[in-house]
Amino acid sequence: MKRGAMTMIAPLLFSMSIFAQNVDTQISGKLDVQGRYYLNEGMYKHQDYQEQFSFSIQPELYWEWNNSTDSLIFKPFYRYDHQDDERSHADIREFLWTHVGDDWEIKTGIGKVFWGVTEFQHLVDTINQTDGVESFDGEEKLGQPMVNLSLIRDWGVIDAFILPGFRERTFSGQMGRLRPPFHVEGDFAQYESTRTDNHIDYALRWSHSIDVFDFGLHWFNGTNRDPDLHLEKGGEDGYFIPFYEQTNQFGVDAQATIDEWLLKFEALSRNGLNGTYTAAQAGFEYSFYGVADSDADIGLLLEYGWDDRGLDSNSGFQNDLFFGARFTFNDVQSTELLIGGGYDLDYESNSLFVEGSHRIGNNWKIVIDAQFFNSKDMSDPSYSIKEDDYIQLTLEYYL
Amino acid sequence: MTINKIISTILVGSIFTLSTFGTTNVSAKSNEDKGYEISKQAKERDMGWGDSQASMRMLLKNKQGDENTRDIRIKSLEVTGDGDKSLTVFDQPRDIKGTAFLSFSHALTPDEQWLYLPSLKRVKRISSRNKSGPFMGSEFAFEDLSSFELEKYTYEFVKEESCELGNCFVVAQYPVDTKSGYKRRLVWIDSNEYRISKIDFYDRKDSLLKSLVFSDYTKYLDKFWRAHKQTMTNHQTGKSTVMDVSNIQFSTGLAEKDFNKNALKRVR
Repeated sequence: MKRGAMTMIAPLLFSMSIFAQNVDTQISGKLDVQGRYYLNEGMYKHQDYQEQFSFSIQPELYWEWNNSTDSLIFKPFYRYDHQDDERSHADIREFLWTHVGDDWEIKTGIGKVFWGVTEFQHLVDTINQTDGVESFDGEEKLGQPMVNLSLIRDWGVIDAFILPGFRERTFSGQMGRLRPPFHVEGDFAQYESTRTDNHIDYALRWSHSIDVFDFGLHWFNGTNRDPDLHLEKGGEDGYFIPFYEQTNQFGVDAQATIDEWLLKFEALSRNGLNGTYTAAQAGFEYSFYGVADSDADIGLLLEYGWDDRGLDSNSGFQNDLFFGARFTFNDVQSTELLIGGGYDLDYESNSLFVEGSHRIGNNWKIVIDAQFFNSKDMSDPSYSIKEDDYIQLTLEYYL
Repeated sequence: MTINKIISTILVGSIFTLSTFGTTNVSAKSNEDKGYEISKQAKERDMGWGDSQASMRMLLKNKQGDENTRDIRIKSLEVTGDGDKSLTVFDQPRDIKGTAFLSFSHALTPDEQWLYLPSLKRVKRISSRNKSGPFMGSEFAFEDLSSFELEKYTYEFVKEESCELGNCFVVAQYPVDTKSGYKRRLVWIDSNEYRISKIDFYDRKDSLLKSLVFSDYTKYLDKFWRAHKQTMTNHQTGKSTVMDVSNIQFSTGLAEKDFNKNALKRVR
């Protein structure tokens, strides 16, 4: 792990220098035990099972000194999975030193950054690589080495990033479900850059809030986080290798918050080996509060995803409609339920998902996730997971 | 409108200085004017507090006696000529530890509110229309925690009677906003210091819904009264929430820069 060596050492150096001072230490963390049941056996070799169990551990250590102007966070993560070796994985989610000035901040180390406003696809969320084995919805991210300078001004916030060291996406292994017909061999990953995964990426973002609008504009130059998968070998023991190109990208995200309406828009233009393409995700969320004189709220979501590469897109959201209903019960246990689905207007395939959570006491939470896929067109990327419908229960403990 | 001004209403209750025109013979005026003047007194006596911080523990009880706790910390900044700014951090329950809430309140236009979700590192702008919804499953609605602004109500003086804090004016306050969960609230304001002793909340059907009792008042900076305990009882469900306020500090050096989206993301 030569890459990003400096950014990884920096927090250590600073953490060593702090012990002479008045340091506030906080320890917290999360543990979970997870069981997943697939309604059917998988379509491919090595997928002849229906139960999958795993657990994860994610401690979080936090130190604060210099009257809170300096802080260090260390958040390692490990998951063990009893079926898929590739899903058994470790990561440093965060190891970040933050120094705060009057109207600026600098963050050095391994961190995580979120950009965007939409719910069904995080199109412009560029900085961190997706931890593809951790969750199917792509919301889990790998820690990214970075130096991030933020300038906070009356006219908005400028964030400048230097990103030394690239993180490869995680994919289900040969024994894993929810994957293409062949598994992806990350060990053989190829890069356009001769510096492979040591290419230094740069990003710049301006974000601001004016009245009902919150928006951001960004530029990113470096290794595309979304790989193209090349079939290296067919047959029974075939596999894909990921190819990561160099890209230059401009993007925008915006939300208008008007009474019960949240209007959302994300778009990007990305240039790579195959020219330039444009993609967008747009939609709304409308909330009904205190439904039928109860404490519960219901939010209705509708979004549309588009990619001008059409069926050649590697995103899977090239002409897709998404809908959802979010039930927030506002009870003592913060019970929530999100039911949603997607419809691919090109392949006419669809999917349905359920996410629910319920707190127990002060430290426990039970989470249910379910995914159902329906695809009849063999050229549809989701065809390979059409037998992977599953229901998953996770019991989480928060320290 | 929400937590925003949790500090100013909730904690602050009501406070005022006897302003120049406050105590003239209000009885000669109409009940509307008198109700307004008393409320205005309460508001004016609480101006000039600058910035403050406090910790709160909420104890939620249901009819069966089951208890749940909520721990939050609030930083507040008084904004002259507009509503206040506040930043709320959640410590308990543990699954939402680190979740934070930023609010810019306004008297006439909708409040601006952002929620920070630490697991996703995501700042979400949220709608401020949900006034009557419960705050963290408690008996406090978002609007109960929002700061008191004169423009938010119309007024009517009801009577004068003895109360926990001595002698109280009883003023009916009718929310202007049609999204409010209340038809009216009856507020007991003590005639000496203009602190709130109690509020009765009447639902849209004008039935008594909840009562909020303020107690353990302490005076800060020789001027600002803050209730260290607030007890909200829901008469229709039998549930209650007791809020204990501690570590109240003023003049802590907070400024505008502590109330933006970057500050929201790094708050602990």
